Amino acid sequence: MSIYDRGGPQGGPPDDEDNEDFGEMLRQTRDRARRLQRFIILGLVVVVVLWVGSGVYIVDPAEQGVVLQFGRHVNTTEPGVNYHLPWPIQNVVIVDIANVRRAEIGFRTLEGQDVRRILEEALMLTADENIVEVGLLVQYRVKDAAAFVFNVNNPEAVLHTTTEVALRSAVGKMPIDGVITERRAEVQENTRSYLQELMDEYNAGIMITDVRLQVADAPDQVRDAFHEVVRAREDRERKVNEAEAYREDVVPRARGEAKRILEQALAYQEERVRSARGESERFLSILEEYRRAPEVTRERMYIEAVEQAMANVEKVLIAQGDSSVLPFLPLRSIQTGTPSSSISQ
Amino acid sequence: MGRPLTVILALGALLLFVFSQVTFVVTETNQAIVLQLGEYRFTARDPGLYFKLPFVQEAVYFDRRLLSSDAAPQEYLTLDKKRVVVDHVTRWRIIDPIKFFVSVRNETDARSRLDDVVFSELRRTLATYNFDVVIADERENIMDAVTIASKQRALDFGIEVVDVRFKRADLPEEVEESVFERMKAERAREANRYRAEGEEQGAEIMASADRERIVIVAEAEEQAAQIRGEGDAEAIAIYADALNQDPEFFAFRRRLEAYVKILKQGDMIVVSPESEFFKYLVDPSPQLEVGNPPLAPAPVLESDE
Repeated sequence: MSIYDRGGPQGGPPDDEDNEDFGEMLRQTRDRARRLQRFIILGLVVVVVLWVGSGVYIVDPAEQGVVLQFGRHVNTTEPGVNYHLPWPIQNVVIVDIANVRRAEIGFRTLEGQDVRRILEEALMLTADENIVEVGLLVQYRVKDAAAFVFNVNNPEAVLHTTTEVALRSAVGKMPIDGVITERRAEVQENTRSYLQELMDEYNAGIMITDVRLQVADAPDQVRDAFHEVVRAREDRERKVNEAEAYREDVVPRARGEAKRILEQALAYQEERVRSARGESERFLSILEEYRRAPEVTRERMYIEAVEQAMANVEKVLIAQGDSSVLPFLPLRSIQTGTPSSSISQ
Repeated sequence: MGRPLTVILALGALLLFVFSQVTFVVTETNQAIVLQLGEYRFTARDPGLYFKLPFVQEAVYFDRRLLSSDAAPQEYLTLDKKRVVVDHVTRWRIIDPIKFFVSVRNETDARSRLDDVVFSELRRTLATYNFDVVIADERENIMDAVTIASKQRALDFGIEVVDVRFKRADLPEEVEESVFERMKAERAREANRYRAEGEEQGAEIMASADRERIVIVAEAEEQAAQIRGEGDAEAIAIYADALNQDPEFFAFRRRLEAYVKILKQGDMIVVSPESEFFKYLVDPSPQLEVGNPPLAPAPVLESDE
């Protein structure tokens, strides 16, 4: 059409005088029209080639391509250069299947390291009707690209709400002490298996790779009370430890004391026996000699003993005939008044 | 010449236009019904290319995927007259597009109708359970029961209810504060118990340690007394063996030793100058009574110390 449009203004009613000029002009116009025609054909060919070539696409190593032909899933392609028939016959949806995706319950990780808590998600009831704060991180990846793309409307959102369902179900079956302490792994495992079960039921093509409790603690309002329990438990441990320390101190000392008592007794025994033996030996030796000359020895022993015994004592000699004096003798005044020995009468 | 080319182009364009008017595509994610001037003709559920009459017939599309309806939380009464706030989510899909189109028209309307159904089923079902089992043991059973009941009723809308799940089952907000108070009281009780247990166990351990100490020492003393007794006995036997050789001599000698030992400096003794010992003091040649030297009279002893 454009050929005639262009030709129109220049091919107006010709002047007789300009006949030759007109013929020339007509030739030029035709030439131009032919060139244009060739150009358009060339353009069409280019368009067709581009259209056909538009089916070339590249699937990255972490991805899969889901090929649809008139809307029907006909093929799933692996990483590399691939070709599909041009639109509108076929089209391709490329899905990242290796990348691990994450969903967060009870908190959101913001830019950088900041974490914002979302209490309405995080606070939940436990089996003993306590309220606990829980933060959960779910990691998942696409295990079936076609199922992921086709079966569920907004699979990420479904995963998020389903995680809440599973988590609250798991926490709701457990008393608060279990949730915040030794049964955390159980909460994780129950959440994971229930979540996976539901996602499989929805045929969402999602594989849960990890479910981790980031937070499992008493809510702010009661946290002090919980910490107080921990402190009390530590106090108990401390008391027991102190008592054990006392025992460790007292019992060995007592054993030492017992040992000492025993050793003393043994020493006493030994001493008694030995001294008895020694004394006996001595007595027997003396007896032997004594028997050779009993009278003289006896006399000598007597005198020596009295001598030794009387050497240092104060002596009061009282004649026996005058025995009537004795009851009236002021012994004490003698003793205190005169320190040296005195002889009355 | 330009004419054939023009014709080809025009024909091509026309063909494309006609093609687009007589066909439509149903993909894996949707489904369609075909209406002819508002009148239902047929349903296209499987993905692929479909044909229709141009201009007079039109395809109306519906989602074929799993859909969610996340209604706002609602308060319900349980069997034991406690209030529970349940936030549920319903998963559903359109299985009969024409029924769906006729009864609820679009997804927004469908959601509100569906929510009404589920709300009423929830109210009915929750009223037959106690609060504690709603939270814990019967949670799945209640959800399953509500799912089944809702599923039946939603079929009228051309909807299949896949499941109804409790996102949350909580106490009403006004009750939360009293729950916190109860939790605090429970914890205080527990803390007190731990402290008292600490005292108890500590006292127990210390008392048993004390007992152990006393018993150890007492046992040792018992044994020691035995040993000492044995020593004494043996010593007595040894002495007796030896002394029995001459008891009289022993008595004599031992007494002498005792005299020496017991008379100390400062002691005072009153003796008679006529005593056997001093007899030479008075009389240079008395009658000696060797072998029996009594130191009469008995000494009166006093100590300075």
